[in-house]
Amino acid sequence: MRSLISIEDLTASQLTEMLDLAANFAEVQQREVPKVPALRGKTVVLAFFEDSTRTRISFDLAARRLSADVVNFSVGQSSATKGESLRDTIETISAMGVDAIVIRHASSGAPQQISQWTDSAVINAGDGWHQHPTQALLDAYTIRERLGTLAGKRIAFCGDVNHSRVARSGIQAFAALGANVVLVAPRTLLPASLEGWPVEVVESLDDVISELDVAYFLRIQKERNGQALFPSLREYRQRFGLTAQRAARLKPDALIMHPGPMNRGVEIDPEVIDDPRAVVLDQVAAGIPVRMAVLFSAIGPGQFDGQDRAA
Amino acid sequence: MTTTAIKGGRILDQQGERSGDVVVDDLTGLIVQVGPDLKADRVLDAANCLTTPGFVDLHVHLRQPGNEAAETILSGSRAAAKGGFTAVVAMPNTTPCMDDPAVVSQVMDLGEKALCQIKPSAAISLGRHGTELSPMAELVEQGVRMFTDDGTGVQDDLFMRRALEYAAGLEPGDGTSVVLAQHCEVDALSAGGVMHEGEWSSKLGLGGQPAEAEELMVMRDIAMARLTGMRVHFQHLSTAGSVAMVRAAKAGGLPITAEAAPHHFSLTDQSCATYNANFKVHPPLRTSNDVAAIRSGLLDGTIDAIATDHAPHTPDTKELPFDQAPPGMLGLETALAVAIKELGAPLGDIVAMLSWKPAKIAGLDATHGRPVQVGSQANLAVIDPHQAWVVSGAKMASNSSNTPFEGVELKGKVRHTVFNGEVVVENGEPTR
Repeated sequence: MRSLISIEDLTASQLTEMLDLAANFAEVQQREVPKVPALRGKTVVLAFFEDSTRTRISFDLAARRLSADVVNFSVGQSSATKGESLRDTIETISAMGVDAIVIRHASSGAPQQISQWTDSAVINAGDGWHQHPTQALLDAYTIRERLGTLAGKRIAFCGDVNHSRVARSGIQAFAALGANVVLVAPRTLLPASLEGWPVEVVESLDDVISELDVAYFLRIQKERNGQALFPSLREYRQRFGLTAQRAARLKPDALIMHPGPMNRGVEIDPEVIDDPRAVVLDQVAAGIPVRMAVLFSAIGPGQFDGQDRAA
Repeated sequence: MTTTAIKGGRILDQQGERSGDVVVDDLTGLIVQVGPDLKADRVLDAANCLTTPGFVDLHVHLRQPGNEAAETILSGSRAAAKGGFTAVVAMPNTTPCMDDPAVVSQVMDLGEKALCQIKPSAAISLGRHGTELSPMAELVEQGVRMFTDDGTGVQDDLFMRRALEYAAGLEPGDGTSVVLAQHCEVDALSAGGVMHEGEWSSKLGLGGQPAEAEELMVMRDIAMARLTGMRVHFQHLSTAGSVAMVRAAKAGGLPITAEAAPHHFSLTDQSCATYNANFKVHPPLRTSNDVAAIRSGLLDGTIDAIATDHAPHTPDTKELPFDQAPPGMLGLETALAVAIKELGAPLGDIVAMLSWKPAKIAGLDATHGRPVQVGSQANLAVIDPHQAWVVSGAKMASNSSNTPFEGVELKGKVRHTVFNGEVVVENGEPTR
């Protein structure tokens, strides 16, 4: 494999292999020098056309721990709308001879578009509302680490599914790994059509909270408040937020997840964030070995055997 | 004076199909002879071809003035002629907008050198903003017969009523009439949408434009036609619901006409799955159910005419991310072949949808879409309905190449086009 643009690029067994590879790289992170020369001499460009802190830092660290050379490149979305050509930018980067382009873009489909203009591997670090495949992988990794497997687990995405690349990629990954995925949201926050989606929809969090193995809360963008998608953040919290009362109904071994950044007191109440079942920081930590696995699979020399050996 | 004989083919027009050569005269611009074995100064080979009245496109964007990199009136007219069109109605969303006699004059002047007749439409409202009427009477005086804010619909109900009522007093007195043409889309409902709202927009994470955004305005404007008694022409219908409403309104006797674009009876929203912005268009490509409804609407006469909504855009703009790229696709050079492929109708019916039916709607029927007989204006297309060819944007006469049919093999090609007696396309290539 080279590029990773959508979770659909991976078969179920490739997903599992990727998580296994990430587990190997997680072991590397425990070492005194958490670094291997697997991508020495390779160049990774982080082309972020949309602001991001955690994803960019996570990819940056992942590439460095594989000994790749990393170039950071950020463009405000404003310059793109001023007419700066995405194609020119990508062709310019490619002409400098880079091995992988990690792209974040506010427009759905941008990673797929740029892959026609470059021979470099294209890694999607989030495009519009479409896909965020490394987030789905790190979430699956976190769940597998805690619960052993995703197969047969009941996983709910709660909140703004329609505007969420985290949900679109997560649903595909979790379902491929055997989970039963539930969407919990008002109709205003669901996609217009769920035709072909491997999901069940419930409109009340209270109806399912006690049955869940994973309660995954999606970020509400506060600017959506006022678009008549829901009456207020207060009512949103009352219906779809993880309050202490709801947390009390969650199974003792259930997981509480959130992709960050979190609106405390909206999606998750402050007193619940320290609940031992909340694995938000585990998710962040999992990002590095998962992205090491993705980068290695894209441009590495072959199988990673855990040895300190350059390509 | 040069006479040209179209020899060896058959004739197909509103009077049916028959054999016959056709001789045209470039000085008078008329058909001077029709019959067997005719001679003239020059000969156009029409073996295996049908000579038909030239096509009339009710809906083209020629981009001049304002965006000459994408198209000019001359380049667009070459594309039209290659497609068999001898007249096109130019949409007013130029820069500046065709809401003013000076801009309309400019378009008409540039049209003098074109390879087909350029019939300007004009905006209903100043700047197409939907708040102040354009100087309609003055524009009618100049020759404008179709008013439209195409690109957007007139949103305000009362403004639409007033525009229709004011236009009612503008009958030109030359046997033609004034028509208001609507791009039906309720902006509030389609806001943020860049493709049809449904299975594919949901999967692709792109904002959707529901079919109902079009249908609500079709419904309203049917009501407006009833209220005012004025003609309303519906542009580029794209949904099954729109077709059903127009069918019922026509059955009820309302003075309504409608057009559909080839891409709306051939392509679905699934085409957007690769994020190729050449498939981005407004109204958007819809579902297979809608495509089937547009076809049946054309076949049963609910939809009167095929109109291309030819919308050139430069490659750099179509390479923007899908949500940022401008909507629109080329249509002039592929319309006939796409209609032959997709409609499965007798060729005479397809030519009717491309020629004399739109000619009447545009008020061009004195000179276009005439029967192929002595005395008719010599505006003719000579078409080979069986010739196979592969669509290539790069080979198009248009300044742009944003065809949604790139690489597709089609059957049916225009061999020659005659405009006012002048051979403007010979053996598939523009002569100037």
